[in-house]
Amino acid sequence: MKILSLNFLTCAVKACKSSSDSYPLHPKDAELVQDEIEVNAQLLVNLLPRLDWTALSTTATELGFPALPPQPPSAEDLQADDKTLRDLHNLLMETQIMEGKLVCGNCGHEYAVREGIANFLLPSHLV
Amino acid sequence: MQESQGQHMQPLQMQAQAQSPDQQISSSATGAATYPSAPGTGTDKMSTAASQQDAAGSSGPGPVPIPAPDVAESYEQQHVHSVYESIAPHFSATRHKPWPVVASFLSSLAPGSVGLDVGCGNGKYLAVNPAIHILGSDRSAQLVRIARDHGGERRADVAVADGLALPFRNGRADFAVCIAVLHHLSTKERRVGGVRALLDAVRDDGGKILVFVWALEQRSSRRGWDEGSDQDQLVPWVMKTNKTKPKPKSEVEGQGEGDGDGDTTYQRYYHLYKKGELEEDVVAAGGRVLDSGYDRDNWWVVGSRGEQASITS
Ligand SMILES: [Zn+2]
Repeated sequence: MKILSLNFLTCAVKACKSSSDSYPLHPKDAELVQDEIEVNAQLLVNLLPRLDWTALSTTATELGFPALPPQPPSAEDLQADDKTLRDLHNLLMETQIMEGKLVCGNCGHEYAVREGIANFLLPSHLV
Repeated sequence: MQESQGQHMQPLQMQAQAQSPDQQISSSATGAATYPSAPGTGTDKMSTAASQQDAAGSSGPGPVPIPAPDVAESYEQQHVHSVYESIAPHFSATRHKPWPVVASFLSSLAPGSVGLDVGCGNGKYLAVNPAIHILGSDRSAQLVRIARDHGGERRADVAVADGLALPFRNGRADFAVCIAVLHHLSTKERRVGGVRALLDAVRDDGGKILVFVWALEQRSSRRGWDEGSDQDQLVPWVMKTNKTKPKPKSEVEGQGEGDGDGDTTYQRYYHLYKKGELEEDVVAAGGRVLDSGYDRDNWWVVGSRGEQASITS
C-alpha cells in the first residue's frame, strides 16, 4: 500500500465518511519497505494538485518522516529543486506499508494490512 | 471479479498441469504478465445435463428468482464471492487481455490521474497506462493477491473491499472503472447502489466512471440468451481438474460440486442487463450518461456525476 494511495483512502463505514476524524486513516505498527522506482517528475507535478497536503503531512509525520512544509511545493519548486522532488517521490511512490493496521479516528476500527494488501471488508456489525 | 467475456477471452489451451496458484502468473521485468498454463480447462458453459438434473432447484444452472432484499448479501456470498475465492487462479489465467474500450478509456486519461478499479479481479487493467495511478479493489482476497503482482516494477496498489462499502474518500478520484462486476449484484437496489458508490468516489468537476456489464442480448454467443430470456441466471463455471495429481485445496472448497469425473462446477449468479438498463441505473444513481455502447456481449456506459459543476471560475 503506497502512501499515495493512503491519501485517497478513508474508513469504509458509511457513517464515518462525513466525519473529518475518519481521514486520513492512521497507520499503526506499520512495517515499511522502500521500492526503488525511477523518478517521474512530470507524474509528480501532475499529482500535486490531486493530493490532500494536510492529510499527507499527517501521514508522513505518523510514519516518522521529516515534517513536510506547511504548503505544498509548486510545480516550479519541484522542477527546480531536485531534493524536494526526490523526497516527495520517495514518500508517495517508493514507500509501501507492508504490514500493520490502518485505524479510523472516528469509529476506531482497525483495518489489517498484510503483505502490502489492506483489507476493508467490514464485520457485520459495522455494515 | 471480472467475468462475462468468456467465449471471447479463453484463447489459452490449458492442458492440465497442476501448479500452485502462486505460480500461475509472473511479472516479467517489463511489467507484462506472462501466463503459464493453468491447472485445468475451465469453461463457463450452460450445462444441459445439469439443468435437467436439477430443473426445480435454485442451485443448478439457469434462471433463478431474485433473492429477497434481506438475503441478497448472503446469496451473493454463496453464488459470487465464495466462487471467485475458489476459482481465482484458474479464472485469472483465462482473463488476461484488456478489452479495447477499457484500455482506450484508461489511455485517454491525463497523466497523473488517480483513480479506482472497483472489482479489479486479476488486475489486468492496473498497468495499462503507466502515467496514471490506479487503486484496485476486489471482494476476493485471492484475486487481489494475483492483482498485486500485475503492476510490474511499480507493484500495483490493491485492497480487499466491498463495492457497496468502498474505503475511498468521496469526490477525489479522477476516474473509476468497474468492469464486469455490477451484474453480480442480485437486486436492483444494490446494482444502483454500486453505481452510486462509483459516482461518489469521483470528482464532481470532470470525474468519470466506466461501467461494463453482461448483456441479455447476446444471440450469437454460445449461451444464446436474447431479449425475452430470464435476466437472473446461475451460470456454471466448470473446472476440469487433473486426475493424475491431487487437487489443490482451493478447488475443492466452496460450493463446488464434483461430478465424479474430476470436474468441479461452480454456479455464479448473474443479472443480465437489457438494452438501456445500465443507463437507467446510472441516472437512478444520480449520474449522467456521457457515452454508451455494446461491445462483446456487454453493455457499457461512461458517466459522470449528475450535478454539473458550476461554470464559475
Ligand atoms: Zn470509521
